[in-house]
Amino acid sequence: MSEVLPPVIVGAGPAGIRAAERLVAAGLRPVVVDEAARWGGQIYRQPPDGGFTRPKTALYGFEAGKADAVHRAMAAIRDRIDYRPRTLVWNCEDGALDLLCDGASETLPFSHMILATGATDRVLPFPGWTLPGVFTLGGSQVALKFQGCAVGRRVAFLGTGPLLYLVAYQYLKAGVEVAGVFDTTPFAAQARATTGMLRDPATLAKGLLFVGWLRAHGVPIHNGIRPVRAEGTERVEALVWRDARGQERRTGCDAVAFGLGLRSETQLADLAGCRFRFDEADRAWLPERDGAGRSSVPGVYLAGDGSGISGADAAELAGERAALGLLEDLGRPVDGKRVKELDGRLARIAAFRRSLSAAFPFPADWADAIADDTMICRCEGVTAGAVREIARSGQAREMNRAKALTRAGMGRCQGRMCSATTAELLSRTLGTGPDGVGRLRAQPPIKPLPVSAGAERREVA
Amino acid sequence: MALLQRVAEQGRRVVRFTLDGRPVEALEGDTVMTAMLTNGERLRRTEFADSPRAGFCMMGACQDCWVRTEEGERLRACGTFIADGMRLLSGGEWTS
Amino acid sequence: MRERIECDAAIVGGGIVGGSAALFLRQAGLSVTLLERDWCGAKASGVNFGGVRRQGRPLEQLPLSQRAHAIWGRLPELLGTDAEYIRSGHLKLARSETDLESLIAYRERSQGFGLGLEIITGEEFRRRWPALGDRALGGSLCPEDGHANPRLVSPAFARAAAALGAVVREQTPVDRVEKDGDRFVLLSGDALEVRARFLLNTAGAWSRRVAEAFGEPVPLESLHPNMAVTEPLPRFLDVNIGVEGGGVYGRQVPRGNVVVGGGRGFALDADRARPQRDAVLTLMRDAAELFPQLRHAHVIRCWTGVEGYTPDRNPVIGPSRTTPGLFHAFGFSGAGFQIGPGVGQTLAELVTTGETPMPLEPFRIDRFPPTA
Ligand SMILES: Cc1cc2nc3c(=O)[nH]c(=O)nc-3n(C[C@H](O)[C@H](O)[C@H](O)COP(=O)(O)OP(=O)(O)OC[C@H]3O[C@@H](n4cnc5c(N)ncnc54)[C@H](O)[C@@H]3O)c2cc1C
Ligand SMILES: Cc1cc2nc3c(=O)[nH]c(=O)nc-3n(C[C@H](O)[C@H](O)[C@H](O)COP(=O)(O)OP(=O)(O)OC[C@H]3O[C@@H](n4cnc5c(N)ncnc54)[C@H](O)[C@@H]3O)c2cc1C
Ligand code: FES
Repeated sequence: MSEVLPPVIVGAGPAGIRAAERLVAAGLRPVVVDEAARWGGQIYRQPPDGGFTRPKTALYGFEAGKADAVHRAMAAIRDRIDYRPRTLVWNCEDGALDLLCDGASETLPFSHMILATGATDRVLPFPGWTLPGVFTLGGSQVALKFQGCAVGRRVAFLGTGPLLYLVAYQYLKAGVEVAGVFDTTPFAAQARATTGMLRDPATLAKGLLFVGWLRAHGVPIHNGIRPVRAEGTERVEALVWRDARGQERRTGCDAVAFGLGLRSETQLADLAGCRFRFDEADRAWLPERDGAGRSSVPGVYLAGDGSGISGADAAELAGERAALGLLEDLGRPVDGKRVKELDGRLARIAAFRRSLSAAFPFPADWADAIADDTMICRCEGVTAGAVREIARSGQAREMNRAKALTRAGMGRCQGRMCSATTAELLSRTLGTGPDGVGRLRAQPPIKPLPVSAGAERREVA
Repeated sequence: MALLQRVAEQGRRVVRFTLDGRPVEALEGDTVMTAMLTNGERLRRTEFADSPRAGFCMMGACQDCWVRTEEGERLRACGTFIADGMRLLSGGEWTS
Repeated sequence: MRERIECDAAIVGGGIVGGSAALFLRQAGLSVTLLERDWCGAKASGVNFGGVRRQGRPLEQLPLSQRAHAIWGRLPELLGTDAEYIRSGHLKLARSETDLESLIAYRERSQGFGLGLEIITGEEFRRRWPALGDRALGGSLCPEDGHANPRLVSPAFARAAAALGAVVREQTPVDRVEKDGDRFVLLSGDALEVRARFLLNTAGAWSRRVAEAFGEPVPLESLHPNMAVTEPLPRFLDVNIGVEGGGVYGRQVPRGNVVVGGGRGFALDADRARPQRDAVLTLMRDAAELFPQLRHAHVIRCWTGVEGYTPDRNPVIGPSRTTPGLFHAFGFSGAGFQIGPGVGQTLAELVTTGETPMPLEPFRIDRFPPTA
């Protein structure tokens, strides 16, 4: 009976598309659900319909070829899948997903499902981070790629990770003034880790090229900095920061693009009942997966950045690998040679990833420097002091209690923007490791659900 | 004035809408967020502190970009496309 | 090495009932040990709808409910926090003449208990609650009922007890309990042994195991009321709303979020539950019908909790019929939040004085016919 349901893929990014392609090749007709209007996911996000004309080389730079290949792969299977764009999966319960499309809710049962839900920026707060003009790094890239807009006229790039230099470079190329790159990672750490990155010379070369290009165009690059505050009342007017020697400095700008690496979208895996483990490299709780992407729940597979940050190339491979695992579990023949090849390539990327996260370490001490009156939860307006107090007084020793007592993570975003902070604040106040304070439980709806959807129920197609 | 700056793709059809009652223009394919922030500096004021917000992640994660229409509808500005005749508000509905 | 604690009274379960019992026992000067498997106030007591409501309760609960009402009025003094408790009034709506008649009948029956119910209809009703439009003919208002934040108030009872010297142990499940002579012996794994003259069974939906350990089987089942909350909205509702005949109920907190309840979730296992999709969607539909102000709003979170229900929907409260020194209080069947502190106080009274003016006869543990 389980065979009669088509497999479901959540996410039409590189992971989801390659998974779908593989399932179609095996003669299945998967349902592919994605909240976005067009396929491509984050990195290969396509501009909306409506007269956008930039070629892929302008949009995706060095990755244009890969982007195009992924887009074409999807176009080629378009009429052999049940593609549901503009459709949010808001719940997973008892072997079925709940979808929201055009304001109506619909329940989609599944026997096999691949979650390829991707990632968004990981952030920590600093005073002024809610001011208009402070955007995430990813968001700043989306503005450029998806809308042809810059987030300001003179933009400061703050944080760490490969995306920091990439987006600064893309802005510069688009003719935007870059006020500086403010990297929280000390220069020495990056230099040391570069050795490990030699495993992937192409990526390393790209990174060096971005840095070189930025320098050649007079963009100051500051390493080992910490943000002090974004200044302004109605919008950003300056970034105040502390340099590696502890000196406070001020850089005028009208926007700050900010991010500290990425965090996986794991809510659906949680609702599906997948077991989680703490991942040191991502400094986050992630759903467990085996080499084929099998989760701890039979029939639920995980691929791409949604279950651990590995980047776009790995996402493509992992998507295909999860599809092969799924096919194998359905008792279908799979190409063992291809499986081996994928496993090998995924292992190599994993090793490279480890050096990458060594090159751009999470600035864990940042949390100690967050002033008590800094707002950590954008939705509910919770301050760092409130979380520290609840930990210090012994009222909360883990994330869900802290949420219940302070409201951190209780707002519209369900903790996507604050849970990294809350975890750091709690664990550092309590003196546990970052893995010592648990993780926020996911709750439906994983994104806001219009009340009117209650009256707009569509029966299963 | 405007928070977002157009740097490319400016040859699209013009879309007309109102922002806090003022007639303004955007381009087809703009999100509500782009449409509002190329014409102003914020999307909304927060419920609890009345401080200005202009979204944050642009990819449907932070939920900081919910705006209202004059009809009372609530839209996630980074995930909704602008349409002719929309009547959008960026003020606080909390302070009277 | 096993830690040993000797005390006057041991309490299994740190919900609002166990927590408040601990507080009142400490106030009476007894030594108290409260053992909580999870975190105090994290189960039903911390996740409920937050309705602090006397109106609509069966008459036999009203003396306890009134007693609790007095305690709710003293929260800042007792707990050092108001826990967002507001005496907003509880308005029970009548959507038909029959509903109105039954509200009037309840007012008659409950006269003398001090609820102060007012039946309000027609023009007066529409003038006072324009936001409710003409979706009800009228309603019954209990002006001093209200609502509170359960996440804050319930843990605060155990915390206040601890501040007065109660030993409160969280993450400490009681796995075995027995009576050894005149002492109860409670074991939590190999780590802890508590010996006490008195034992309070306030383990919520899990109280059956404790009762059974003393030869008192009860037909207690777990059910899971379904909750949802919207994003913050401009204030339109200043009273806690119920509907005669059941269905949906709702309140708006001062921050603007509207909390609504109705329908049932489902159990993941004995300890955890989830909201159920059909219940959630039905609740949203009904809530939007009752409050058109929600038409454009979004639900940002749904949840449920694990609550013990008895066949007659009345709790079990009072002394064990098999074991002197043991007192039960559980099975509140979806309505133990308001009454909880009154029950805690009554348990303390039973332990310290051996009696209580509260009529507990309807809540006897042996009232259920034996099950086969
Ligand atoms: C802005 C940005 C830029 C990046 N740039 C790079 C880069 O240059 N190089 C690199 O290697 N990596 C980059 N990354 C990391 C990037 O996320 C991955 O490399 C790649 O996109 C991962 O592919 P994926 O298929 O796992 O997920 P994604 O591409 O993120 O795709 C996930 C898809 O799932 C959908 N989705 C998620 N949840 C739901 C739901 N509940 N309901 C419906 N649909 C849902 C999303 O709409 C999305 O389309 C970037 C990430 C971001 C956010
Ligand atoms: C979703 C929901 C909505 C509700 N709405 C309302 C409302 O609006 N108004 C109202 O009056 N009532 C309401 N109720 C009912 C009310 O919440 C409960 O009746 C009340 O909280 C019961 O309190 P308690 O202390 O008995 O139980 P609980 O709060 O469940 O506490 C029992 C405690 O015992 C612990 N425990 C269990 N076994 C052991 C063991 N072996 N060792 C150690 N500890 C143990 C548990 O972990 C738990 O913390 C609602 C209930 C739910 C679930
Ligand atoms: S800007 Fe973050 S959800 Fe729209």
